[in-house]
Amino acid sequence: MRYIPNSPEERKEMLEAIGLKSAEDLFDSIPQDLLLKRALNTPAALSEIELLSRFERMGRRNAAARRPSFLGGGAYAHYIPTIVDHILSRSEFFTAYTPYQPEISQGTLQTIFEFQTLVCQLTGMDLANASMYDGSTGLAEAVLMAERVTRRSKVIASSAVHPQYLEVVKTYVQHAGIDLELAAFDNDTGQSAAGLANAVDDQTAAIVVQSPNFFGCVEDVAALAEAAHAKGALLVVCLTEAMSLGLLKSPGACGADIVVAEGQSFGVPLSFGGPYVGLFATRDKYARQIPGRLVGEAYDKHGRRGFVLTLATREQHIRREKATSNICTNEGLIALAATVYLETMGRRGIQEVAHQCLQKAAYAARRIASIKGFSLPFSGPRFNEFVVRGPLDAGELLARLGKDKSIEGGIPLWRYFSDRPNDFLVCVTEINSRAEIDALVEGLSEVSNR
Amino acid sequence: MSDGITKVTSHISPNEQLIFERSQQGRIGYRLPALDVEESPVNDLLPPHFQRDDDLEGMPEVSEVDVIRHFVRMSTWNYSIDLGMYPLGSCTMKYNSRLNERVARIPDFANVHPMTEEQDSQGALQVIYELEQHLAEITGLPGVSLQPAAGAHGEMTGIMIIRAFLDARDGEAASGRRTMLIPDSAHGTNPASAHLSGFSVKTIRSTSEGLTDLEHLRELCAHGEVAGLMLTNPNTLGLFERNIKQICDIVHEAGGLVYMDGANMNALVGIARPGDMGVDVIHLNLHKTFSTPHGGGGPGSGPCCCTKELEPFLPVPRIVKTDWSAGEPTFRLDYDRPKSIGRVKAFFGNYGMMLRALSYILTHGNDGLREATEAAVLNARYIADGLTSDYDKPFNSPPMHEVVFTDKRQSRKGVHTLDIAKRLIDYGFHPMTIYFPLIVQGAMLIEPTESVGRQELDQFIAAMRSIANEALEDPELVLNAPHSTRVGRLDEAAAARKPVLRWQK
Amino acid sequence: MANVPEDLHYSKDHEWVRVEGNEAIIGITDYAQNSLGDVVYVELPKAGDEFSASESFGSVESVKAVSEIFTPVSGVVTSINESLADEPESVNSDPYGAGWMVRMRMSSPGEVDSLLTAAEYEDFTKAESE
Repeated sequence: MRYIPNSPEERKEMLEAIGLKSAEDLFDSIPQDLLLKRALNTPAALSEIELLSRFERMGRRNAAARRPSFLGGGAYAHYIPTIVDHILSRSEFFTAYTPYQPEISQGTLQTIFEFQTLVCQLTGMDLANASMYDGSTGLAEAVLMAERVTRRSKVIASSAVHPQYLEVVKTYVQHAGIDLELAAFDNDTGQSAAGLANAVDDQTAAIVVQSPNFFGCVEDVAALAEAAHAKGALLVVCLTEAMSLGLLKSPGACGADIVVAEGQSFGVPLSFGGPYVGLFATRDKYARQIPGRLVGEAYDKHGRRGFVLTLATREQHIRREKATSNICTNEGLIALAATVYLETMGRRGIQEVAHQCLQKAAYAARRIASIKGFSLPFSGPRFNEFVVRGPLDAGELLARLGKDKSIEGGIPLWRYFSDRPNDFLVCVTEINSRAEIDALVEGLSEVSNR
Repeated sequence: MSDGITKVTSHISPNEQLIFERSQQGRIGYRLPALDVEESPVNDLLPPHFQRDDDLEGMPEVSEVDVIRHFVRMSTWNYSIDLGMYPLGSCTMKYNSRLNERVARIPDFANVHPMTEEQDSQGALQVIYELEQHLAEITGLPGVSLQPAAGAHGEMTGIMIIRAFLDARDGEAASGRRTMLIPDSAHGTNPASAHLSGFSVKTIRSTSEGLTDLEHLRELCAHGEVAGLMLTNPNTLGLFERNIKQICDIVHEAGGLVYMDGANMNALVGIARPGDMGVDVIHLNLHKTFSTPHGGGGPGSGPCCCTKELEPFLPVPRIVKTDWSAGEPTFRLDYDRPKSIGRVKAFFGNYGMMLRALSYILTHGNDGLREATEAAVLNARYIADGLTSDYDKPFNSPPMHEVVFTDKRQSRKGVHTLDIAKRLIDYGFHPMTIYFPLIVQGAMLIEPTESVGRQELDQFIAAMRSIANEALEDPELVLNAPHSTRVGRLDEAAAARKPVLRWQK
Repeated sequence: MANVPEDLHYSKDHEWVRVEGNEAIIGITDYAQNSLGDVVYVELPKAGDEFSASESFGSVESVKAVSEIFTPVSGVVTSINESLADEPESVNSDPYGAGWMVRMRMSSPGEVDSLLTAAEYEDFTKAESE
């Protein structure tokens, strides 16, 4: 095996050197009846050439990968500058472990410190951790944290939060003694802030709102913060499209207490749903309640600045079952991608991308709404996603669009909202050219007319 | 010279500032195509009170060249597997093949959206299905979910499955079964995951041999409220729990299930299978055993594998093979699993890691997987043999893929494990895992993996022996190590007392 | 050698008690701070909280460890050492003085008699470190 440096001959010599006769002797602490006395029933080894062609063949079965796409719903196709993957591919970053030895991990540590700072700047919060697995698990952790902070057990979430995120939250809280209630969204505006504000009472640990929400509608976060705080509850704000922070008022400026976001939009490929990176930010006063790793500034005895993992006593390797979370790893490499992306695009680039998303989505929405038989069921303000109601079953409509026009037109909502068979979610970003948008509009018109 | 420079240096890189300190107003690192649709006034699209008014102040303004130099300079401050041996015990720092990276970047996979309809993402589903099949064969446990994003996440999934199974089996009576047994040598994630699933934790002692104390296990099981046992095997001391079958029997007889922490599977692949030992559910770490990159702390991937009996409880959706079309199998997503614990992550898990792990399994082939295990255990045994004369080894039994030593002899001269670890840096090695497992005072847990050649093992052994010698003859040298790095030991106490967690102007 | 002042009472959990009338001042011993290492954070109860003897009333954190602290006597907290929020290091530098933690009004002052004397505590720590 070419990844094993020692040749069979060398291994034999090593066995002899430590007084063993054969490789079998290495396993004599395993009882005989537990040894697998046959070869594994997995395939025989492939060469590099065979392996690549095998994966390429499987890849060709992903028809969607090569089509113009208007899919969002928690994963977004944005442009990724070439240097992001170049830096990610440096051995020093991608083959390093968790920075437990700060003297030889300053590259990773300083990067995370910059990542934490960028997350604070974007969300308008005081402090951020080194990242969570993704947005959905980050949201679940935020709910658990709200319970820890407030010692209350009722959590009210908007039913316009990404349905898969809500499923994850349900799984996480099922044994935590937390009552999760859903507040309805408004069928006309697509917003849920009013419903949430009405539901909060003095037993409520937190209100959970996503903005822009699953339907792409921007919520009145500031009003919700006021409603939550009036009852002593926390406001948890969740974002699946972090790029909206380039344009929308930050949750921190609106008064949020915990902000979680999926950071995939920042330089991370779609990759069928992962690995992505969860952003997690909160207020200074909750620093000791936050889950996950934190990097802080430190100095050596010569006064040189460096960075270390800090406030580790919150974590499972020290506090075990009393830890703030069971999380151990963060999403280091993906956080690096987000950091490189955000620094490359910079202050101006993030705003420009957000602006283009807003404008292109508005253009697409206008044009689609003008097709005969099509409408936009929700009136709330939007960023780069919106719900479209077509004249026929959305699954059928979009399947036709894929087959006939090779366009991935959107996400049908029936799986999550069975009362909306004709509705689908369309997302437009800076990478969708006007020609693509026009082709989508013409395609929808054509395939709905058959 | 600017303020950041405290000593004369041959290159600017040791003093690379934070990007925020480098930022210069007006610098640009990107270019987008011009907006090609008619522009509407922003206020018409979005009410002004929903808009940002801080102009993202403080975010960096740098050129592309600034970014490249910034990260390349910082990268030189990191140790990495590609630079040399990285013997962190329990972390399995093996070679991360470039071929796997290339596979993960094949555009037909990298560009697939997770909400794509099944018929347009068959290849992506096929990869998940095939990897699940192989992991089932390797562990001897047929039910597999790749959804968990990391080891601890897989643990949580496995423990929630145990809880759901018990609740289904025992109904109301299950509420009397809420104790999870965990050995004192376990990873901290074990008790934390158990707690998250609503279990209270009871600790099992280890024997003087470093194995689970069967008597204590029987005693704890006799109380009747045992939901299960979480066991690492080989355990965190690198020792195979040779009574594993008996252990499983005791727990099963008490009505509980056995969860195995699969962090140490690199000692077993192709040699022995947890399913054959009586284990009910296990998590694997694709970033350990199956070589997906650790990336400076993630992404991980923590598949959960279980018995047929537990399979209905796995997270949804499941990927099922339905038929064949045009010579290829077809796959669909099955959401209709009423007993499932639910979803543990949006979408399908850390998919990019699955591509890499499948590539690892196919590149090695079945014989190569076994060969890797043999080479990994051999390397650990070789180190165990080479260091016994200079370091105290708390357990006599021969280790599997990792070996634990202590600072017992060196501490008489005031040199402790931390100091030995820091001094190892000066010899060009990444230190081993230190102070874990917690039950061994001054523990040094060494896991070389199969990715180290004999010459480098000999150099490592020589370095460790040299440090043992220094500890006797010149302890100050060791106590002040490392001497060769960009920064010395950092004041972690001061950092924790007044935490500075972000840059501010 | 750890410092063990004569005039205090000690618990086997390594807390000390100084009795002033009906009140007890409580902290952790020199031996405890020494084995814990650099203290970075002290979590304390609020004034008015009530505890019975050997109940946990807070925790002390070093960089890589957390230790619970247990009250050796029963009573109600009358005040806490606010300065530890900013200077947790005084637990290391002056465990019996500036590093005190809480002041309690004892509900059964007799409990003090069952605590260890300085000499007994010294023997106890010697046995423990062997």
